[in-house]
Amino acid sequence: MIIEARTISRGQASGEVLISREPIGFLGGVDPESGFVIEKGHPLEGKNISGRVLVFPNGKGSTVGSYVMLQLAKNKKAPAAIINISAEPIIVVGAIISKIPMVDKPGKDVFALLKDGMMVEVDGDKGTIQID
Amino acid sequence: MELTLSKDEQRIFDGELGQAARESMEILVALGKIYGAKKMVPITSAQISGVSFKTIGDAGLEYLGDLAKKGAKVKVQTFLNPAGMDRSQWKEMRIPEDFAKKSLLVLDAYSKMGIMETCTCTPYLIGLRPKQGEHVAWAESSAVSFCNSVLGARTNREGGPSALAAAICGMTPAYGLHLDENRMARLIVDVKCDLKTIADFSALGSFVGKIAKTNYPAFIGMKKESVSEEKLKVLGASMAATGSVPLFFAKAITPEWNIEDKAQEITITQKEINDEKKSLDSGLKPDLVTIGCPHASINEIEEVAELVAKKRPTCEFWVCTARKTKEKADALGYTKIIETAGGRVVADTCMVVCPLEKMGYVTTGTNSGKAAAYLPNLCRQKVAFGDLDDILYR
Repeated sequence: MIIEARTISRGQASGEVLISREPIGFLGGVDPESGFVIEKGHPLEGKNISGRVLVFPNGKGSTVGSYVMLQLAKNKKAPAAIINISAEPIIVVGAIISKIPMVDKPGKDVFALLKDGMMVEVDGDKGTIQID
Repeated sequence: MELTLSKDEQRIFDGELGQAARESMEILVALGKIYGAKKMVPITSAQISGVSFKTIGDAGLEYLGDLAKKGAKVKVQTFLNPAGMDRSQWKEMRIPEDFAKKSLLVLDAYSKMGIMETCTCTPYLIGLRPKQGEHVAWAESSAVSFCNSVLGARTNREGGPSALAAAICGMTPAYGLHLDENRMARLIVDVKCDLKTIADFSALGSFVGKIAKTNYPAFIGMKKESVSEEKLKVLGASMAATGSVPLFFAKAITPEWNIEDKAQEITITQKEINDEKKSLDSGLKPDLVTIGCPHASINEIEEVAELVAKKRPTCEFWVCTARKTKEKADALGYTKIIETAGGRVVADTCMVVCPLEKMGYVTTGTNSGKAAAYLPNLCRQKVAFGDLDDILYR
């Protein structure tokens, strides 16, 4: 199945889905060395986002979060791709400078259709999410 | 209608002008999409935040270093926000050495991109004054407010990376405050009291910012003769700090005046001003008084010099300003007077972005509503708020 979405950051990548229904703040929320979510009480606390297709509503917190995403990429701990419901500048800038393919505004309810561990491919040039 | 790019813009997006421009254009296009822009507009200048190592950290420094290495160059006149320290007095100011080293690396990266190391939140006081209707991409919240409100030029409140991307491409997506239809006030503020000092205008801004939130206020009842650029500067800065206000109007004072039909109205009396001043002030004697948030003009420095020449303050004090303004103060003898009275004229930085908390200070005095809003969280300071003849002599 293919879900249409809006292109945000170019490139294609596939990986296992990791879903957070809560917004993610990268500064102080994700460890740039390991990729583990460290924000206390966050639904993804203790999970690792490296290589995953990270699905979450939008970013939150400090704008420095964009740079933390770049650090993750340099440490090869970044998510493979990002799907947001409604993108905001922190994640957008972070994804682009870190070369993480990203789309938002998916045409279908991704929280219902996608499950943790499912393999999907995100195409940031065409604006598609493909479920294997 | 979707965002459309001209042929030249598409070429930048496709990478014909290099990797750095390609990435910058990708940022602008994505932001344009998010905010519903239909096209790009050329800009005449940019002002970039994310200069203090304290705010951007190692991650930001790495990003800027990479971008400089890729050969990124700005296309328009671009000024920098304050840095984490004074480039020439950091040792005397007890700035930690590692912090100083990294701060200089940040400046070096910007400089390689062709950005002027102005390090100020008041570019409009040192020669960067866009005309009414001109499009620019400025980032620092008080500069954004002054630019939109007092100069009538047009900018959204940019983030560090988006302002830099705009500077590299020489354009910005046309949305928000670039468009006439969005430059409308939704809150009328009737000022029914006499405001005299910088602290008075700070208190007004601090109070109104909390009510306005993201709405644009329009002031009536302000007397033209009791207002100066310095007072409008601190009013805008304070509203941008306690609220998120990038534009305000003042009747018969600012170049624009546009009110929505359904605007709400509030009245400000002396009581609101007095109460706000009290709530900002801990009542403590400060270890350090910091003047110049936003950066002091030459007139403000002159006033401080006159005050402290008459009576020596009972605490340490800094006047924070742009380096170019400091050079003027040096030449006019104000710096000497201030230093003789136990103070310091500090350039390039300010009380909010330098590491005060690591320099042994606990209580900091200010007459700025913006500094009062940020000092507790960003520098772990208790705040002594008031007029200069109060806080300098507690």
